[in-house]
Amino acid sequence: MGELNGLYAIWYREIKVFLREQSRIVGALIQPLLWLVAFGTGLGSVVSISGTNYQTFIYPGILAMTILFGCVFYGMYIILDKRVDFLKEVLVAPLNRTTIFFGKVLGGATDGMIQIIVLMILGSLFFGIHFTVFSVAVTFIVIMLLMISIISVGLTIGAWMSSPEGFGLISSFLIFPLFLLSGALYPTNNLPVWLHAFVAVNPVSYAVDALRGAILGINGFGLPLDFAVLVVFAIIMVIIGTESFKRMKV
Amino acid sequence: MHKLNLKINEGEIFGLLGPNGAGKTTTLSMLATLIKPSEGKAFVNSFDVSKEPSKVRKGIGFVFQDPSSDEVLTGRENLYLHALMYGVDRKKVNQRMDEVLRLVDLADKQHIRMKKYSGGMRRRLELARGLLHEPRILFLDEPTLGLDPQTREHIWRYIKKLSVEKKVTIIITTHYMDEADQLCDRLGIIDHGRIVALDSPSNLKRKLGGDLVRIKIKNPNISALKQFKYIKNLKHAEGELTMSVLDAGAHLQSILTRVGRAESVESRSPTLNDVFLHFTGKEMRSEEGNEGTLEKVMQSSRK
Repeated sequence: MGELNGLYAIWYREIKVFLREQSRIVGALIQPLLWLVAFGTGLGSVVSISGTNYQTFIYPGILAMTILFGCVFYGMYIILDKRVDFLKEVLVAPLNRTTIFFGKVLGGATDGMIQIIVLMILGSLFFGIHFTVFSVAVTFIVIMLLMISIISVGLTIGAWMSSPEGFGLISSFLIFPLFLLSGALYPTNNLPVWLHAFVAVNPVSYAVDALRGAILGINGFGLPLDFAVLVVFAIIMVIIGTESFKRMKV
Repeated sequence: MHKLNLKINEGEIFGLLGPNGAGKTTTLSMLATLIKPSEGKAFVNSFDVSKEPSKVRKGIGFVFQDPSSDEVLTGRENLYLHALMYGVDRKKVNQRMDEVLRLVDLADKQHIRMKKYSGGMRRRLELARGLLHEPRILFLDEPTLGLDPQTREHIWRYIKKLSVEKKVTIIITTHYMDEADQLCDRLGIIDHGRIVALDSPSNLKRKLGGDLVRIKIKNPNISALKQFKYIKNLKHAEGELTMSVLDAGAHLQSILTRVGRAESVESRSPTLNDVFLHFTGKEMRSEEGNEGTLEKVMQSSRK
């Protein structure tokens, strides 16, 4: 009971802050929309992939990108809390650090899901995406698994680092390759062998593949493999994240 | 940290007084299970801090040196967050929050975001928050650091009120002499991670052997003064004679007749600064340290 209340408390804070800082919500949506409108329309005027408009083709990848860039950032708040004594206030509470970790993951995942739902509505209104019950269900599950993994990555970096600059450096060093090598912006079936190898070991590729498979019917690895990789990735990252939290110094 | 042997009684206001970097915050962090003791044992409410940290944490409240509230949230929301984390009974949460808000006179500001709170208000709210889950021990780390004199006195008043009305044991760290003097029932003077003196402020001052007398004089008759039993710690340097005198008011006359031609005389009651000087052989200064804090606060506000 105590731990559940604690979980709720951590979640409550994340949501309150997220909803109150409207600039964060708007900011989180601007980047994916820029990619869709500016990049997608621009390149789409000369490129189409397997009969699909380029803008439509990258839409699933942009959903994954929103999670990638948005969710890693929740780890930054750990560092900001460290710089004042808020983190101590949380850590001195009679709660398990695992509970605190999952509260943060849950809070971040709620924020992320709100962004994704907004993007899905915009997608079906303005970008010609047709969602079915099946594709919505797959999207939710894939996004959920990806969010858990990426938030855990962010929290792990946050647990070990103490400066925002350091966090920014490490996270962009990780996130950019994960994004560019995920096939979010190009099909993966005709790549040179070396590049395909990078894409194949990148867990984010499987999220992009599953989303593209469900939303557009263009599939590379196949849904079962996609899910298997995403589940394993999430489990590994959660374990690393909770262990890092237990070792975190204040 | 060196070995620190220390027993703090239930219901008292105990102060750890020492310069920055003496090990006060480290001591508190160990007692609050934020840092593992490198050696030795510590018990809080009779729970071992290394073996049963969560039981220790249930029974304590902690008011930190740096801001520890979420500035985007209101005062009341910060309290609510704390109540949930500390497992305050859901049915009692609202009543408890009203009660502690009243205690620190912040009921009318509870729905304002903490970004807009002054330093003193924030401290008061964090003080109230520390009490929300009815801890038996409250740790206050430099409770009035960086506050103006008037606000400091307010905070002192609230702390005394807590001690009297709520009967909580209060452990504070401070490097302010006046704060230690006014607030604490008992004091541990700490220097380089060692307790150098431990007693009530008035007993500590009494240990110096009475009032401090300073006489400006060229050729003092020191041997004559040495016969007086009420004089202690007699020192002569640079044309100045300093000593501790029991009941200086009664004995000053006879000292002055014996000592020779004095240029000026000064007699005063000892302060904790004199006590510190006596036990550590150096003045207590609050030099290094507190600059970083403001900077940190400014960087960390979420924008």
